[in-house]
Amino acid sequence: MVNVASWGRLGSHAHELVALHDRARVPGQIAADAGGQGAGQVQGTGLAQGNARSYGDVCLNPGGRLWRTTGLDRFIDFDAASGRLRCEAGVLLRDIQRMSLPHGWLLPVTPGTQLVTVGGAIANDVHGKNHHVLGSFGDHVLSLRLARTDGSVIYCSPGDCSPGDCGPVREAGWFAATVGGMGLTGVIVEAELQLRRARGPWLVTDTVPYATLDEFFPLADASKAGWEHTVSWIDCLSGSGRGLFLRANPAAIPYCTVSERHTVRRKPRRMPFVPPVSLVNSLSLQPFNAAYFRLHQRRAGHAIAHFERFGYPLDGLHDWNRMYGPHGFYQYQSVVPRADGQAVTQAMLAAIKASGQGSFLAVLKTFGARTGAGMMSFPRPGVTLALDFPNRGASTVRLFERLDAIVGEAGGRLYAAKDARMPRALFEAGYPRLAEFLPYRDPGISSSMSRRLMGS
Amino acid sequence: MLELPRDHSRIVIIGATSAIAEHCARLWAAAPGAMLTLVGRDPGRIERVAADLRVRSPGATVRVMSGNLLDARAIRVLVDAIVRDGMPDRVLIAHGALPDQQACQRDLGAAFDALQVNALSPVLFAEAFAGHMEARGGVITLIGSVAGDRGRRSNYVYGAAKGLVTRYAQGLQHRLAGSGSPLRVVLVKPGPTATPMTAHLPQRGLAPVDAVARRIVDGAAAGTPVVYAPGKWAVVMLVIRHLPAFMFNRMSI
Repeated sequence: MVNVASWGRLGSHAHELVALHDRARVPGQIAADAGGQGAGQVQGTGLAQGNARSYGDVCLNPGGRLWRTTGLDRFIDFDAASGRLRCEAGVLLRDIQRMSLPHGWLLPVTPGTQLVTVGGAIANDVHGKNHHVLGSFGDHVLSLRLARTDGSVIYCSPGDCSPGDCGPVREAGWFAATVGGMGLTGVIVEAELQLRRARGPWLVTDTVPYATLDEFFPLADASKAGWEHTVSWIDCLSGSGRGLFLRANPAAIPYCTVSERHTVRRKPRRMPFVPPVSLVNSLSLQPFNAAYFRLHQRRAGHAIAHFERFGYPLDGLHDWNRMYGPHGFYQYQSVVPRADGQAVTQAMLAAIKASGQGSFLAVLKTFGARTGAGMMSFPRPGVTLALDFPNRGASTVRLFERLDAIVGEAGGRLYAAKDARMPRALFEAGYPRLAEFLPYRDPGISSSMSRRLMGS
Repeated sequence: MLELPRDHSRIVIIGATSAIAEHCARLWAAAPGAMLTLVGRDPGRIERVAADLRVRSPGATVRVMSGNLLDARAIRVLVDAIVRDGMPDRVLIAHGALPDQQACQRDLGAAFDALQVNALSPVLFAEAFAGHMEARGGVITLIGSVAGDRGRRSNYVYGAAKGLVTRYAQGLQHRLAGSGSPLRVVLVKPGPTATPMTAHLPQRGLAPVDAVARRIVDGAAAGTPVVYAPGKWAVVMLVIRHLPAFMFNRMSI
């Protein structure tokens, strides 16, 4: 048994680690493990884990088995004419984009880090800054192959598939259950993705500082039509709700005309140790946020940015999660309907300010008017607020209870991929398709999260 | 149209489904015009590795061969066939398997298998290639291990096999130096590396497989006789090799 923590580093738990590295062997391997005939000594359930970038407990299975998929990192086929890519589930999004960009293709949707696997991106149906234009990751998955612990393999796609394309199962239900399904329907072995034409690596960006939340919403609405990427950093301690609105579009600039120094291809740095206390604390945060706001206020306006630097700034600092000290940190991401989104956001920011806790990484964004491809997909029309909080024990838990009450009353939901503590009632209220999802679960698979929120 | 310089190096990888070898293949294939021959035991797996390389590096030519990697006669036939299609510039001999030491102590068959796959087979491949390449030159890279530097209770069967590879590489290097051959032999000794072979162990302290692959590819390019990967193991093993027995025997390693 080996101790494993998730990205939030809230705690480290004993797991039996099993490497999946040959996709042909995966169905037999997980079936043998589940039947107790595998190499493992642990009785009980397994769970696929990719690059372990989920903050909370969706990727943990304490006392059980983790099937590590990072060895399933092979491309299978890429058609540079159509942009269709088949690959194994452990391929990192970064490796896809670095392979496909020279052919003029990029992933349509990526989250704020490229260091996640395809399987993880599907299982959490991740979204990015362009949700209002392109939806979430699952919207661009053409098909996937799912291995179940009973030894069966299910090939599924969003719609009906043509005869010959499909394995024995043709229900679209498996696809909708697996996209956003938190890894609970089986082990995703491979997927076929539709990439999107890219003219080059560059983006035209525009930074607009705003002083209050009243300014954010008109900005977000006005930017929807003309800008592909929209996101905003918000100073969650300022009280006024000031922030920086960032928007960007792909630039029609050929490869070589912008200097390489704009790229993030520099050698990544590393947070070398875990400090004894969180570096993000009440002393550091207020001055840091104020300085950050003022710096970018001066840099407001248009610029050219490499997509890796714009989209994944933290990928350049390995192990940045160590910054929060030995007790780790929580992510709290909610989405509430747009109608009273402003009042709700205001109330949440007030609760955070009153608590004296808060974070540097606070992100506010409006989602587009589309529902996710999966039964349990997080994105829905509305306003999403994402924050991280150093774990300060009981006081942090009390703050979450206040925020839960606000989100619950507004009819919102929390993002399971980042959660480590939401109450079951809020989960059930936020995900109305839960009952439809449950029959698709694989009885040989469970996670810390599924036991917490679904009872098994 | 501008013609970019192409590097038509012929690269042969024995045991190409091993994680370290696969990552070396990814680096070598990135050179435009590279021609790779991947050799493995399982035709399906080796083809999956090749398909991946073709997507990553459309400019490379990748072919696969499979066969019995343990039998001396089969090794001779396989190597002769590879060489007939073109003399390789680089050969990487990478196959191996980390055996369970306890099982080797209980079951001589398991110990025999471990010695065969980790010691006998790799040196027979090296011997066969060296005979062909001695006159024209090139580089033969063998994968040893830090475990081959000193026998330890936790894995001395594996260590003994890798120790044999170490002595073999030394001898071959000595022979080639004596005859003035342009052929170089590189012995790489990886420390514990994050691969499927070590996936069940605590991952802290394991070297990333792509970093180890980078050391191997650079070591082959430079023709360095002995390469520790990562480099810190050169120092660690210098100490371990020279510890007096009364101290060493007390250590539980």
